[in-house]
Formats: sequence, C-alpha cells, structure tokens
Amino acid sequence: MSDSIAVTPAPRRAHAKPPGARRAKPVNAHKRREARTAYLFLAPWFLGLLVITVGPILASLYLSFTDFNMLETAKWIGLDNYAKMFTEDTRFLTSLKVTTIYVVVSVPLQLAFALGLALALDRGLRGLSFYRSIYYLPSLLGGSVAIAILWRKLFGSDGLVNALLDVFGIQGAGWVSDPNTALGTLILLHVWTFGAPMVIFLAGLRQIPQSYYEAAQVDGAGKLRQFRSITLPLLTPIIFFNLVLEVIKSFQSFTQSFIVSSGTGGPVDSTLFYTLYLYLKGFKSYDMGYAAAMAWVLLLIIAGLTGVNFLASKYWVFYGDTK
Amino acid sequence: MATPSKAVPLLFRPLPRGSRLLKHILLIGFGLVMLYPLLWMVSSSLKPEELIFREPGLWPSTFTLENYSDGWTSLKHTFGFYLWNSAVITGLSVAANLIACSLAAYAFARLNFPLKKLWFAVMLGSIMLPHHVTVVPQYIVFSKLDWINTIWPLIVPKFLATDAFFIFLMVQFIRTLPRELDEAASIDGAGYWRVFLQVILPLCTPALATTGIFTFIWTWNDFFSQNLYLTNSDNLTVAVALRQFLDSSGESSWGPMFAMSIVSLGPIFGFFLAGQKYLIRGMATTGLK
Repeated sequence: MSDSIAVTPAPRRAHAKPPGARRAKPVNAHKRREARTAYLFLAPWFLGLLVITVGPILASLYLSFTDFNMLETAKWIGLDNYAKMFTEDTRFLTSLKVTTIYVVVSVPLQLAFALGLALALDRGLRGLSFYRSIYYLPSLLGGSVAIAILWRKLFGSDGLVNALLDVFGIQGAGWVSDPNTALGTLILLHVWTFGAPMVIFLAGLRQIPQSYYEAAQVDGAGKLRQFRSITLPLLTPIIFFNLVLEVIKSFQSFTQSFIVSSGTGGPVDSTLFYTLYLYLKGFKSYDMGYAAAMAWVLLLIIAGLTGVNFLASKYWVFYGDTK
Repeated sequence: MATPSKAVPLLFRPLPRGSRLLKHILLIGFGLVMLYPLLWMVSSSLKPEELIFREPGLWPSTFTLENYSDGWTSLKHTFGFYLWNSAVITGLSVAANLIACSLAAYAFARLNFPLKKLWFAVMLGSIMLPHHVTVVPQYIVFSKLDWINTIWPLIVPKFLATDAFFIFLMVQFIRTLPRELDEAASIDGAGYWRVFLQVILPLCTPALATTGIFTFIWTWNDFFSQNLYLTNSDNLTVAVALRQFLDSSGESSWGPMFAMSIVSLGPIFGFFLAGQKYLIRGMATTGLK
C-alpha cells in the first residue's frame, strides 16, 4: 500500500525549500522518500484503521440489516431491526430514555461543579495543587468496578447514606433498589467525577491574559461584571470542548450501571443504559444483528448530538483574537 | 498603576484574611465530603464485618486485617493471580500505545506526505467514535480466530494505535518542539528513524509519561472489554474478578469485597501519586488546542 501511494507525483507542500532546490528531480526524490517513510511510520495505524475500525463499522452496518446469532449464517431482513427498535421494543425506548435523562442531568451538573471549583481555585491560592489533586482523584477512580461496588453499598438500604441519615433520625430508602432513585445515584456518581473537566477549566483560566482584568478594573468593572464580560466569554471554547467530550462519554457509560444493577439494568429497567442493553442483546441473547443496528443508532445519535453542539456553538462560543 | 497591588487584578487579589480562611475551610470541607466514601471504604475494610454498617464514622473501634486475608483467597485463585493478569494486560497495553502512537504521531507532526490533512482528520474523528459501534463485528472476528479467553483481543488493537487520543496528544507535544533540532540532526546525517529515536523520543518524555499513565489507569479500570473477552475463571483480571466476587457472595461479605476493592485501586492510586504532574499537564494540553 505504501509503495503505490509513495509514487504519486508531487505532494502539495514541502517545507523550508532552500532557494537552490528548484531543480525538480532531487526534491521529488526527497519528497518521495519522506512520504514513504511517513507511511511506514503510520503503517500500524493504517492497519488498525482498516481492520479494527473501518472494517468493523462497515461490517456492523451490514449486520444491522440481518438476523444473526453467530451460529447460523446471517439472514437479510432489511430494515426490520430498526423498525422493531422504534415500534415494538419498549425496552429499547426505555434504555434511550434512561440514558438521555442521565446525560441531560448529569453533564450540566458535572460541568457546573467543575467550573465552580476551577474558579474557586484562583491563581496564587495557597495549597492549590493539593486541592486540585483531591478533586481530581475521583475522576480517575470513578470508572472502576471497585467504585461501582462502593456506590452500590453507599446507597444500599443499610448503606452509609442511610446510616448518616439515621443519625438525624431520618428513615432512608433503599436508594439503589428503588426505581425512582436508582438512576439518581448513578447521576451522582458521574457528578462526583467532575475533576477531569475541572483541570481543563483551570488550564483555560490560565490562558486569559491578566491585562484584560487590569483594564476592566481601570474602567471600574466589579468582580461579577469581570466574570460576565471577561472570564465567561473567553472560557466558552473550553466549556464547549468539555460539553462535547462529556456528552459523548456519558452516553456510553456502562460499568456503573452494570455493577450497580448486577448486569440487569434494574430495578424495573430504571438504570438500563443504552450500552448495557446493547450488550445484553448482542452478548447475552446473541441477537447480534439487532445489537449492530443499535450500535449504528448510537453512532448516529452521538454524531447528531456532536453536530448539534457544533451548530449551536456559533451562538454562544466566543472565539476571540486570542487564538 | 503605582501601587504593587494594582498589578494584580481584582479577581485574583488576596482576599481579606478572615474570608481567605473561610474559603480554605470550605474547600477542605468540600474535599472531605468528596473523599468521604473512599475513606469510609478503607475504614470499613479494616472493621469486623458486623460493624461496617453500624458505624458511619471513619475510625474503626476494632481493627482487623481479616477482611484482607479472607478476600485474598475467597475466589478460585488467590487475588494475586488476578492482579498479575491485570498487570500483564496493562503492561503490554502501555508498551503498545507508547510504540504505535509515537510512530504515528511523529509522521503527523513532522513529515509531509500526500493526503496528510485527510488522514489527520480521520484520526481525530476516530477519537470520538464510540467503541460499541465496532464491538459486535470485532467480537465475531476474534471468536473466529479463537481469541476469546486470550489476551489478544485486548492488546492487539493497541499495537495498531487504535487509541488515537494518544496520537493526538503526542502530535500536540511534538509540534511544540523546535524544528531546528531535527534539522540540525539531519544535517549531521541522521535519517528519519534516527531523528525519531534520538531527537524526538527523548524530548517527548513528558508526553510519553502522560500516555503511559493514562493507558495504565484506563486499561486497569476497563471492565467492558475484559468482561466480554475473558470469561474463563482461569484468566480473569481484577475488574472481572471483583464482579464475580459480587455475584458469588451477593449481599453477604462486604468486608472482604471492600478489602479487595481497595487492593484493586492501589495501583491506580500509586500511579496517580507518582504521575499527577503528567496527568494534569496531559489533560490540560489536549483540552486546549
């Protein structure tokens, strides 16, 4: 592959052309060698792109139009899987609803905490790196099975939360076994991992030139005004970045709901995340055509959400001259 | 602008003494609330079973290590066996990402080749791609290859640079290195490979460290793939073993389960302490363009 591409004539740009290098031949030979080397360096990535990413995406698209259980050959059924999803399969619609609630509630909350604490950790605050570490730690641990187990026990009927409530004489519920509150505990777990976006916000705040605040102060702007007119607009690209990232990530949450509900999505499907249902369909019922169709719908949803995010960003994200 | 305090903008000027103290109290208090569940898990793992849910406080009235010795041996293999399995997969994943992603990153950051912009865009796009979109066909192929219950499905993709996030991270880093260094080396007769190995890679240590630590933590925590591909009780990793623990003991033995959960978080915590500088810098540089 690399050879056939390497001989294509005249790559568009060569860098740092010395004035004497006009003579075409050696330059082309040099460019060709550079291109060949580049494709060699990229060879593992290209192979991965082909066999681990693009190949499976296309295979997934094909499978989504079939009835396939790994034992018999795939049977073409057209759009049946997709039709079934949106008309018959109430569990699918439930999983979509559960995941949407999870994303819509937990992402803004998480980002609000992240931004709030990033602002609280001002420049020059004593012990800043200590606080940053403490707040960052949960986001490293939050995806683990161990923390999901802990969560299950924190909010169990005889868990820590109820023990604490008991001190105040309040009779707590079985938070993870009650369909009304189970999803709430998972949302809380996601909010708890606000440290990662917080670190990105902190880095963004460092990029805002101090002189802007000085100028605003000379003009008599108060703290609140400075926040509204300087900090917030200049931070919108970072808010946007975090938003896109967290929406994509949280739409794919799996481990937490799997562990907290023992792999069922219960109680009464109240924590049935989209990816958990996909997993159950594909790898428990071996309804792989259906799972592939669900995967494609997931891809379209995520692409759609990201697209909407980008379109909407025109109206609120401020790309100033800071670059 | 005469007095030195004016140079510091209002928002960042030190608060009056009293409210500064109040701020620290609030920040520490909030940190404690955040960490309370973790501390409670540690303290619970050191308490006799029957006290765990009776004492919401952190300091155990009776200390015991029994939960640890019970938990260590309560599955088919000792917990050390699962730790080792996780360590092998994680170690190979780290090596794979360091090699494959740095190769690709060098090409994207320093070399010119046809269709570079297109491939770069494809690479960026693949970061956003949900893993679940490819998992069904991947599983089918891996099972055709008879790779289920081996470590291959977990590490082969990493050797093919599929964690494109790290390619991006390294490209960003290499772009900040002065090109004069490469040029000086190539004037001295070094080819691309030598420039890569002897100039770029050594200077990339911070980016490599970030990649290594993140790969370690994400692979160690990964449950979805490991649960999918490792189902035989003789090759489980820590993540999957903990889940088996939960299934086999149900609601009964929380003490040993907490103890082993703590053990499973140990390596992550260790890497966090050792490498937080790189973690935070890595987060920050990829977050900003």
